[in-house]
Amino acid sequence: MNWISNYVRPKINSLFSRREIPENLWTKCPECGTMLFHRELRDNLNVCTSCDHHMAITPRDRFEKLFDGGIFTEVAVPEPTTDPLHFRDQKRYPDRMKAAQRQTGEKEAMLVAEGEIGRTPIVAVAQDFSFMGGSMGMYVGNAIIAAAERAVELKRPMVLFSAAGGARMQEGILSLMQMPRTTVAVEMLREAELPYIVVLTHPTTGGVTASYAMLGDVHIAEPNALICFAGPRVIEQTIREKLPEGFQRAEYLLDHGMLDRVTHRCKMREELVTILRMLLGQPAAVKGDLPAPELTETPEPNEEASKADSSSKAEDSKA
Amino acid sequence: MTNYLEFEKPLAEIEGKAEELRALARANPDMDVEKEAAGLDKKAADMLKDLYKNLTPWRKCQVARHPDRPHCKDYIDALFTEYTPLAGDRNFADDHAVMGGLARLYGTPVMVIGHEKGHDTKSRIERNFGMARPEGYRKAIRLMEMAHRFKLPVITLVDTPGAYPGKGAEERGQSEAIARSTEKCLQIGVPLISVIIGEGGSGGAVAFATANRVAMLEHSVYSVISPEGCASILWKDSEKMREAAEALRLTAQDLEKLGVIDKIIPEPLGGAQRDRKGTIESVGKALEVMLKDLSKRTPQQLIQDRRKKFLGMGSKGLAA
Ligand SMILES: [Zn+2]
Repeated sequence: MNWISNYVRPKINSLFSRREIPENLWTKCPECGTMLFHRELRDNLNVCTSCDHHMAITPRDRFEKLFDGGIFTEVAVPEPTTDPLHFRDQKRYPDRMKAAQRQTGEKEAMLVAEGEIGRTPIVAVAQDFSFMGGSMGMYVGNAIIAAAERAVELKRPMVLFSAAGGARMQEGILSLMQMPRTTVAVEMLREAELPYIVVLTHPTTGGVTASYAMLGDVHIAEPNALICFAGPRVIEQTIREKLPEGFQRAEYLLDHGMLDRVTHRCKMREELVTILRMLLGQPAAVKGDLPAPELTETPEPNEEASKADSSSKAEDSKA
Repeated sequence: MTNYLEFEKPLAEIEGKAEELRALARANPDMDVEKEAAGLDKKAADMLKDLYKNLTPWRKCQVARHPDRPHCKDYIDALFTEYTPLAGDRNFADDHAVMGGLARLYGTPVMVIGHEKGHDTKSRIERNFGMARPEGYRKAIRLMEMAHRFKLPVITLVDTPGAYPGKGAEERGQSEAIARSTEKCLQIGVPLISVIIGEGGSGGAVAFATANRVAMLEHSVYSVISPEGCASILWKDSEKMREAAEALRLTAQDLEKLGVIDKIIPEPLGGAQRDRKGTIESVGKALEVMLKDLSKRTPQQLIQDRRKKFLGMGSKGLAA
């Protein structure tokens, strides 16, 4: 792996992921109604510059702002069996998958990457709510396991950004089995004495909350994120009463002892660096934007990843 | 009094008629109804066999939820000796939806834990219909930890519609409690055997069933979501539960093919509710065999085997 592929690939990644946004697009903040120019919104990590409402952000966009100089390398995720149950509701599961892939430009609902934040090497995993509600199926489980294995291999901490409506129902029981599977991944990190930080983003619900998202050493949530096992509607139907204002929101969970912190998205990176470096016994980080990291020898990633590397190298030479 | 399920109505009619005839004969000793009644018995037996030969997934859900099916308490009372319930999570409360304590299974001391649904209105309310709150999972965690320290095998009996979706349950960390319980299942260095005796409802079931061996009764179900819930989300129509039950592959037979469970324990003809004693005995025998099978493994092997088993899960889908 040379530094060019390491440096240029993320750019290609971000080009690839740019979801056909016309240059002059304005977004209306769903919370306060302010019209926000998309580039400004993007620079502010999809947080409303007027009312601080946190809108959804894709894993790629998040990683680009998270890693030093926007540089990260994807970690390959083993492909699971497609449509193991031959599931069909009103649509066939493979058709739903294809539609989600077309719509997002992504393969699945989880992105795994390695790179540095504030010169601190980490493995990061982010769930993509725009891909079938971020739902947890075999691929999401495989991604978390691959991330934990890579973190253990490189002796790096793992940071996970959760966002999911819950289980991938189209994978039935195999979706449920991701609860124990991902818990095994967390065990691996714990045994290797590596920090595991969970950043809970809106929304994190169901089996995802009841497994890897609630097993972090440190739990940080984005403001106003809905975090729950059973959703508010289900609870209202069960207990037949109105729930209090802010119920199951990040601040409410903080009050009830389920979280360590609620942190603004724009301050998240710095906070992660600060916490990680202390947990790792490293000196305090230099603050501010950092240039791209120097090339350091890391063990070769597995075959699939290196294949991706060579293809991007070919593109580089053209450019 | 037999409680009939909806699909058993024709059977109920025939069995009812036979019963009526016999009652009539008891009142009028001159009447000879035996031949006719025996004919009806035969018809009923054939129908029962036919109905249960190929239960649809939705019918299995109904059988799995049958009110007369033996519940956790019935198994504990019949199979275990010296059952000594241990209560409380040492933090907030004792959750009556989860039973647990020390007991002997054929003489061997074990820790037994399970969901209890209750058998009449009063006990159902007390047991919260088998829907545990965080305290239930935290009690289970405490008991599993104790079993680990004193090297006692753990047996869990799973029978829950799911974890309780309530306000207090959420405030006290339902998610965290379930996650920690699953984690504890993975950490203990003693045999952990789980039997799904009725409903294995989602995360509430996994929290007990992340086991070295998972067995299911023939007509029990185990699913990520109830068919009704799945229907209302994916079909936008909760009446489509038959389709959803079909699509979810929640039967013991499908789960065995998917490699999610290790063993199916046969039920008597007509379901566990028709021969409770026989069902309980079959579960006891299966537990004994599985326990013996695991008894020679070291704590490290048990932990590693459990991990490997779940990591490898999902590598095979259903045949086309
Ligand atoms: Zn706003």
